[in-house]
Amino acid sequence: MADKATGEGASHAAEAAGHAAEGGSGLNIHPMDQFVVEPLFSDGPVHMFTVTNSTLWLALAVLGVALLLVVGTRGRAVVPSRVQSVAELAYGFVHKMVEDVAGKDALKFFPYIMTLFLFIAFSNMLALLPMSFSPTSQIAVTAVLGFSVFIAVTVLGFVLNGSKFLGLFWVSSAPLVLRPILAVIELISYFVRPVSHSVRLAGNIMAGHAVLKVFAGFAGALGLFSFIPILAITGIYALELLVAFIQAYVFTILTCVYLKDALHPSH
Amino acid sequence: MATETHGAESASGMPQLDPSTYSNQIFWLVLALVAIYLLLSRVALPRIGAVLAERQGAITNDIAAAEELKLKAAEAEKAYDKALADARAEAAEITAETKASMQAELDAALAKADAEIAEQQKESAARIGEIRDSATANVEAVAKDTAEALVAHLGGQADSGQIAGVVSSKMGGR
Repeated sequence: MADKATGEGASHAAEAAGHAAEGGSGLNIHPMDQFVVEPLFSDGPVHMFTVTNSTLWLALAVLGVALLLVVGTRGRAVVPSRVQSVAELAYGFVHKMVEDVAGKDALKFFPYIMTLFLFIAFSNMLALLPMSFSPTSQIAVTAVLGFSVFIAVTVLGFVLNGSKFLGLFWVSSAPLVLRPILAVIELISYFVRPVSHSVRLAGNIMAGHAVLKVFAGFAGALGLFSFIPILAITGIYALELLVAFIQAYVFTILTCVYLKDALHPSH
Repeated sequence: MATETHGAESASGMPQLDPSTYSNQIFWLVLALVAIYLLLSRVALPRIGAVLAERQGAITNDIAAAEELKLKAAEAEKAYDKALADARAEAAEITAETKASMQAELDAALAKADAEIAEQQKESAARIGEIRDSATANVEAVAKDTAEALVAHLGGQADSGQIAGVVSSKMGGR
């Protein structure tokens, strides 16, 4: 990849800091390499069923969920163990969020929303381990999540409310003259939802991990002064821990907001 | 930006935008999501929900039970106080009764003793009287004999009948 990059270096100079700095004093940073989907057991191309690094970390996320919520609660103790109390905390957190944001009748969708939250939270957290792969930094993954929510919520809105669901775009409290204009704005904002929903997650995770990688590259090149980027990495890592949780939270709460629109489309 | 390049190997830019891996990623993602959903909806969420409900129930029950026990304790205290008061009253009653019965027994015993003493006194008085009478008779006889002997010794002819009469009159004068 390095020789290729030197060849195309001029055209992609602005895109990747690492590539741009290549050819300098040993500064050889590839912050985006961590996002490459590679087969785990072969060198060939990535087919649909190829087991890749993405597969591995998705499986680890599933394993994490199973350990926390299934193995951790196997005692069914009225006075919970530590792991069980964390599992109950997660349950209560999402349950309360669904109930508060989307209403009591949204609770039948609680398992789906809990699935989303736990998947994103575990993927984000596991991605912060060194040498890991972050599925939630992949636009393909977050787009599936975002568009699934969008399609599910839209279908649900029409099934439950029929044409009344279109009232979501017709702001009846606004003056009559403004309503068509508002309807256009509402419609555009509605269809932008899945894009922002998925790009927000992938962008946050990707940016954070790329920055970590860039600083790690600096640390490798600076010799004696590498303590400066290492301190920066420590700070950014803490921030990324926060981001990992907050992005899971934001994705989940937005899902609840969209669900509320589907259940109660009136403004 | 990387749309003109194809394949992961030419990923100068964002590997995320390489569509050749999309089907793979989406396949495994859907698999992972389904797995998590099944784990949650079949096992974890019902279990945690049950545990939380059970805990809530246990807390509510415990509070109710505590309230009940508190009431019971108050009742028991009242009953205890009442029993204590009753016992005190009963004890006082028994004391008074015992005192009265003992007094009665004592009185009876005293009366019996008094009667016995009085009888014994009477008997004694009778015997004393007897003894005195017999003593008096003896003294009379001795006095008669002495008087006869004295008279005889003085040389007089003692008329025993006369002497007896004199002695008797002297003694009776006492």
